[in-house]
Amino acid sequence: MSTLTIEKLTVGYGDGAPVLDGLELEVPDGAVVALLGANGAGKTTLLRSLMGLVPARDGRVLLDGADLTDLSTEDRVRRGLGLVPEGRSVVVELTVAENLRLGALWKKGRKNKGPAREAAVGQMYELFEPLARRRDAAGHTLSGGERQMLALARALVGEPDVLLLDEPSLGLAPLVVAQLLGVLRDQAAATGLTVLLAEQNVTGALSVADRGVVLSLGEVVADRPAAELAADPALRHAYLGF
Amino acid sequence: MERLVFLLSTGLARGAVLALFALSLVIVYRAARAVNFAQAAMAIVPVYVAFAVTAASGSYWFGLASALVVGALLGAVVERWLLRLVPQDNPLPGIIVAIGLVMVLQAGLAIAFGPDHRPVHAPFSQRPFEIAGVGVLSPYDLFVLVVAAVVMGALAILFNRTTIGLQLRAAAFAPETSRLLGVRVPRMVTLGWMLSIATAALAALLLVPTGLGLDPHAADVLFVNAFAAAVIGGLDSPVGALVAGLVVGVLASLVTGYASAATAPLAVLALLTVVLLVRPHGLFAAREARTA
Repeated sequence: MSTLTIEKLTVGYGDGAPVLDGLELEVPDGAVVALLGANGAGKTTLLRSLMGLVPARDGRVLLDGADLTDLSTEDRVRRGLGLVPEGRSVVVELTVAENLRLGALWKKGRKNKGPAREAAVGQMYELFEPLARRRDAAGHTLSGGERQMLALARALVGEPDVLLLDEPSLGLAPLVVAQLLGVLRDQAAATGLTVLLAEQNVTGALSVADRGVVLSLGEVVADRPAAELAADPALRHAYLGF
Repeated sequence: MERLVFLLSTGLARGAVLALFALSLVIVYRAARAVNFAQAAMAIVPVYVAFAVTAASGSYWFGLASALVVGALLGAVVERWLLRLVPQDNPLPGIIVAIGLVMVLQAGLAIAFGPDHRPVHAPFSQRPFEIAGVGVLSPYDLFVLVVAAVVMGALAILFNRTTIGLQLRAAAFAPETSRLLGVRVPRMVTLGWMLSIATAALAALLLVPTGLGLDPHAADVLFVNAFAAAVIGGLDSPVGALVAGLVVGVLASLVTGYASAATAPLAVLALLTVVLLVRPHGLFAAREARTA
């Protein structure tokens, strides 16, 4: 569907040393790329910067060649970029159905009309059965797993071209993680969705990704096919700690 | 008995105005996470405009419509070109700017229109209907109740049944998450202010004919009582504002009737104190969230 290109991206907070320094990365159309690295490697900063939540000091972000660098977060979303942020970002005061409708408001830069919106929400209920059962429940009554499920469904319902995920497996049981990553892989395969998946759960992430990119102190230190990365003990020891 | 029925019905009509004004405070609190201390001054400016339009056109309804439009515009201007420029990391600068705005607006009105009370005529009679010899609501009280009910119903539909309302609520609760879903949060904050000040202006417009008349401070007591009602209901809760507004209105009416008008603010204060002691976040505050 879309290619995400990151050119010489430099991001930092305040006057401190940059967290990302001249980062170059391309996520090609339809690829599922795992973004790996220890705490502090710059994964979250990269994803937040791609969405415009953290301003870039230098460099560009391109979506299919179109420069997004000067666009606001809202406009990047309307251009087809989506982020599932860290920490089950459900709007807890709204119901499951309202969260999903909110996610379905904008689709590829157009306002999604009523019936199309409801149809898109209906598809998510088919994909995530527990959400269908709890559609009228307020977000704050959901379990951790249900919240992450809702966060993912809410991102998918807007049919982004490129989906960024920030540690979707954090704090969840292995069974739930497997289920979520499975849905993500199936959706990517079925719709051609481009995915950049930041994870600490290396095994899980590499099992659904085509390619793995390892970040360390804001730089790309390895960029290989997922299977190769998973099988390289030296690299795993050096950067991923297992 | 006759007295009780009369006081209850009058209290209900006053309570409806209070509830409307409290609702305007809740709307702005939800949109901007701030108590707007300039709400009374901002509400009375459109009432002056309505007064002038009614005097010029001879139509109460043109005046009412102009108050709503001017209230919405004033809300947008104050949010967009004043409060947005104030540092947002702590609430104090915003509160100080709001108090400054009160002084500027009220002094400006006094300079432009004079500090005196101007009599304002109600569009309907204020003589109570008599049912079996007991005075109950006046036609104007009925009008106030109907307008308040219609506006609250319309706001409830707007917030709960439309996509704009969904975006308004999401932007208020979770600004960053909302931006990540394509919601233009700053625009929603402006819209919240517009709705809030238009609602407050309507409440002030409905109140003025029942009091001493129009002067730059005509909505000040309304603000104090409505603020108490909003806190009693839980600053975040529109339903709380409605219920607490009616309760405070009836309470003030009963205390005024059976004790004295001077005791009424004390009764409201006592109610506020009791509610805050028992439920510090207000009667209708959001329930505790599941964290595990």
